[in-house]
Amino acid sequence: MLIRGVGNGTGSVFFKLYVLAFFIFLAAPLLAAGMFAFNDSQFPSLPWRGFTLDWFFNDSEPMLGMFHDRRLLRGLNVSFIVASAVALLSVFVGTCNAFLFVRHNFPAKNFFYILMVLPLVIPGVILGISILALASNVANGIEDSLNIELEFLRPGLLLVILGQFSFITTITSLVITARLKKFDISLEEAAFNLGGSRWHVLRTITLPFLRPAMIAAGIVAFLVSFENFNTTLFLVGSDAPLTITMYDRMVKVGSTPVLNAVSVFLMLGSGVLALVSLLIQRDKSN
Amino acid sequence: MTSDIRKLSLLLLFLPFSLWILLLIILPHIGMVYLSLQEKVAPRVYEFGFANYIDFFMEPIYWNTLIRTGLMSLLVTFLALLIGFPVAYYIAKLAGNRTKGTLFMLCLIPLWVSDLIRAFGWILLLRESGIVSSALVGAGLIDTPIEFLYTDATVIMGLVYTVILFMIVPLVSTLDGMDNAMIEAGYNLGGNGFTVLRRIIIPYAMPGIVSGCIVVFMMTAGSYLTPILMGGKNSSWFTEQIYDQFISRYNWESGAAFGFLLLAFTSIVVWVGLKLSGQTLTSTVAKS
Repeated sequence: MLIRGVGNGTGSVFFKLYVLAFFIFLAAPLLAAGMFAFNDSQFPSLPWRGFTLDWFFNDSEPMLGMFHDRRLLRGLNVSFIVASAVALLSVFVGTCNAFLFVRHNFPAKNFFYILMVLPLVIPGVILGISILALASNVANGIEDSLNIELEFLRPGLLLVILGQFSFITTITSLVITARLKKFDISLEEAAFNLGGSRWHVLRTITLPFLRPAMIAAGIVAFLVSFENFNTTLFLVGSDAPLTITMYDRMVKVGSTPVLNAVSVFLMLGSGVLALVSLLIQRDKSN
Repeated sequence: MTSDIRKLSLLLLFLPFSLWILLLIILPHIGMVYLSLQEKVAPRVYEFGFANYIDFFMEPIYWNTLIRTGLMSLLVTFLALLIGFPVAYYIAKLAGNRTKGTLFMLCLIPLWVSDLIRAFGWILLLRESGIVSSALVGAGLIDTPIEFLYTDATVIMGLVYTVILFMIVPLVSTLDGMDNAMIEAGYNLGGNGFTVLRRIIIPYAMPGIVSGCIVVFMMTAGSYLTPILMGGKNSSWFTEQIYDQFISRYNWESGAAFGFLLLAFTSIVVWVGLKLSGQTLTSTVAKS
């Protein structure tokens, strides 16, 4: 059977090969998506025609590089704005939630805690259509009765941000709650005994303790927002984030290696951010 | 005095929480159900009724797609557990301390690469002019290029690929907390590998297994990109039907009914899973 004793069992060699095969499986499509960004050809397919950086930096058709492709750059910019807004909002509400559930007792606390976790297990498509349906209903109602058109309730940036915020807040709440639970409350009591005010103690003792978790949660929120597709798809207006722009191009125009260049760019970016967040979280165990 | 401040801070903290849950989760879902119960009787005239749901059950293509999506999602969940468990066990229990950290990190990094790029990578590998097909022709194993995309098997493989890390990560953190002495004791008491796995390791890992399965099942049933891009026109995935009703046909009432049915269906599966395994939502998903 697979599981032999802990340590150097006879299953070890088999196990190592299996795990190796698994990591090859894990890396294969990422490598495939990455390599054609550097192929000097107009199609993302073999044969290999030599190394080039044109798909990043070239400024003219037919090999227009990603850094000169206006629509891709606009998508990148929109994604950046959305992800920053979602990260800030969700870390703020997540921190409030952590204090609410760790420090306070109130009726039906368990029920509310389940409500807080729920958005994580609602399919993204459904979050998207439900928010779209409500916003449109409200907008239509106001338009019919008051004859005022509320543009911000129509698909667009605000709805995209709210849609992503609706489930990413659960993630940030869980990360920050886990950290706050480890806080030694006697530190605060000591500070109060030394004459610190409530606000002062929060600012100098408790929040610095939470900071690594808040930063890590913010990075996670940023990355999840950046790669989100399902929820965004239904809420998007004229300003499309990068994933939607790329999808449109993939389906309608057919893929060219500039999409591979964007993929490499995104993989590097999210790899770096993920590493930073891991390093910050590692510090907290010390 | 202090109790007043506590009450005030409780209220202040409850405000963002309740606004978030009420405005972005509860009201939208009520809105969706309300919309799904609107029958179109004439242009811009609606009546309350169950027509959208009746349409769903009268049209076999609709409910077949939902059942197909559910069954394939269960299969994907099972495969992800079967393939992922040994990997998680290796990382948590067999790898040395340094390898462990590296392997775990290797597992985390692809999580942050968008589904779109991962599906794109598989397309470049598997399509007729893709890398795998070219390599096989080059090696002389096949004469003409083969199209690997647009089959159920490819969609299932792609979905397992997309979700498996969400299975492995909670499994690693659960198994990590397990004392090796428990496994040794199992062997000392005369258990073989299979008994130890069944009687000690799996019961201990149960919260991680259930948590992983719930997240993976919901993600699979609600996924859109992988089935569309790797399964093409024949993927018949239920989210595609929802998109079709909303965006292509502009039939929001029926789309909302489909959305509610998907949510109800997945919730029932998760609820049954929790009951069967004796776990709760807070003891599993909320922990990871």
